Amino acid sequence: MKKYYCFFKLRFATGLQYRMASVTALTTQLIWGLMECLAYKAIAEASGDNLPMNYSSIVTYIWLKEAFLVLVNTWASDNDLFAMIANGNISYELCRPVSIYSMWFSRVFGARIAEALMRCIPVLLCAFLMPEPYKMTLPVNGVSFLLFLVTLFLALGITVTFIMLVFMLCFFTISPQGWRMVLTGAVDFLSGNIIPLPFFPKKYLFFVEISPFAYMQNVPFRIYSGDLAGGEIYQCILRQIFWLVTLMILGVVLWKQAEKRVVVQGG
Amino acid sequence: MITFNDISKTYRVSRRESGLGNAVKSLFKREYTTIHAINHISFSIDDGEMVGYIGPNGAGKSTTIKILSGILTPDSGTCVVNGQVPWKDRKEYVRQIGVVFGQRSQLWWDIPVIDSFELIQAIYSIPAPKYRNNLDELTQLLNLEDILKTPTRQLSLGQRMRCEIAASLLHEPKLLFLDEPTIGLDAVSKIAVRDFIKKMNAEHQTTVILTTHDMQDIEAITNRVILIGKGQKLLDGTLDDLRLEAESVESGDEGSETDLDHIIASLYEKLNIM
Repeated sequence: MKKYYCFFKLRFATGLQYRMASVTALTTQLIWGLMECLAYKAIAEASGDNLPMNYSSIVTYIWLKEAFLVLVNTWASDNDLFAMIANGNISYELCRPVSIYSMWFSRVFGARIAEALMRCIPVLLCAFLMPEPYKMTLPVNGVSFLLFLVTLFLALGITVTFIMLVFMLCFFTISPQGWRMVLTGAVDFLSGNIIPLPFFPKKYLFFVEISPFAYMQNVPFRIYSGDLAGGEIYQCILRQIFWLVTLMILGVVLWKQAEKRVVVQGG
Repeated sequence: MITFNDISKTYRVSRRESGLGNAVKSLFKREYTTIHAINHISFSIDDGEMVGYIGPNGAGKSTTIKILSGILTPDSGTCVVNGQVPWKDRKEYVRQIGVVFGQRSQLWWDIPVIDSFELIQAIYSIPAPKYRNNLDELTQLLNLEDILKTPTRQLSLGQRMRCEIAASLLHEPKLLFLDEPTIGLDAVSKIAVRDFIKKMNAEHQTTVILTTHDMQDIEAITNRVILIGKGQKLLDGTLDDLRLEAESVESGDEGSETDLDHIIASLYEKLNIM
């Protein structure tokens, strides 16, 4: 537990070290979010409001996505760990009296929460202050807000175990670039980061829903806005837990294989 | 007590001739060569000894250190350190060792050194009083007072290296493996690091294995030298043994060279390990 807290604290400190970076990131996210809101507004008007999600749910989905970007995205962070595998600095990690899997898991987990806490508050604040129809709404009720928090936490867990899987695969190739591009690109799309999953054609949606990707950001963001409700929620939570455990076991097994064949590059 | 017995480690290296044509050719057909990084090496080291591990570039020094630290698994041979096999039960084993890789960094780049130290405290679960104690001692001995609060990226190489060494010793290891700890340091920092290692050994009976290309390090710190070349152990003895060996292989040359670097260079040449 102390480990998690330490990585959390460390990332928090690193984040505070670069004030300018935080300000520019906020600006980018606000502009990006607003752009998406406008794009969906155009789609909504063109289709006569005949969308698979109602417009205010979409807007809320977009703002949540921007606010918790660092929590559940798979492409924008953890560069230092990838670099470590590629350039051999992993030597030091292997001299620590802890399992690499648990150390890196806590590192990525803690770091993401720290960064998200710093970033989400200003984004959410601005999103609530937007003019109608681009304004973010409050959660439909207290229960759905609680369920939002629970599923967001599980979604973070699934995301991190997935990234751990990518790390472990990188031990088997010389450069992490290939795995990263293919896997994180696919996840970005399949998890609903580019367009929300309800917009997917039904046929494809079936395949996405039997993969772990549908249980990352898709679940909490849609619960918040009430787009996902009733018994469906509990089914989603069960599947989230299933994927969290499965991906974690897979990662640990892969690490046991990787550990035996570590080659330290660069002398 | 370290027993390193008949250990070998090979690497597979892909090679190709220069040029675009050959690069394209290598897309379809790779040529691999097997490199014997270390080949049937054996030695044993007692508690509290300070041993210099020397040899030309690519001799297998770092590979040996990495096997001793439990990072690499050798192809064959046995190694027992204080009753434990480094690469089995790695987690338990590494509690008692400290490692410094002169070419790498374990400190977080963006944050003050002291924050990195606290992370290491958490990873090793060092109790707070012991941590404070060790930190105070290391701060004083390595003269870190003024630099602990500076982010790592703004430290000079010598300052950083002193912090790296402190980071590797916070958990009070019984064994210390130093892989080129004085690389790139100025005279003052080098002397500080050497004095510190000697003091650690005298006060805590820490066993030290040191690889370096700086013969003055060897002269100042160690009382025993192991020379390896092309993956094989060539000599194991005191620095004087090394001098004698160099003289014997020089066999009637000028013989007047007393500079340690020249002695070593001629030894490397005569033993044909370059």
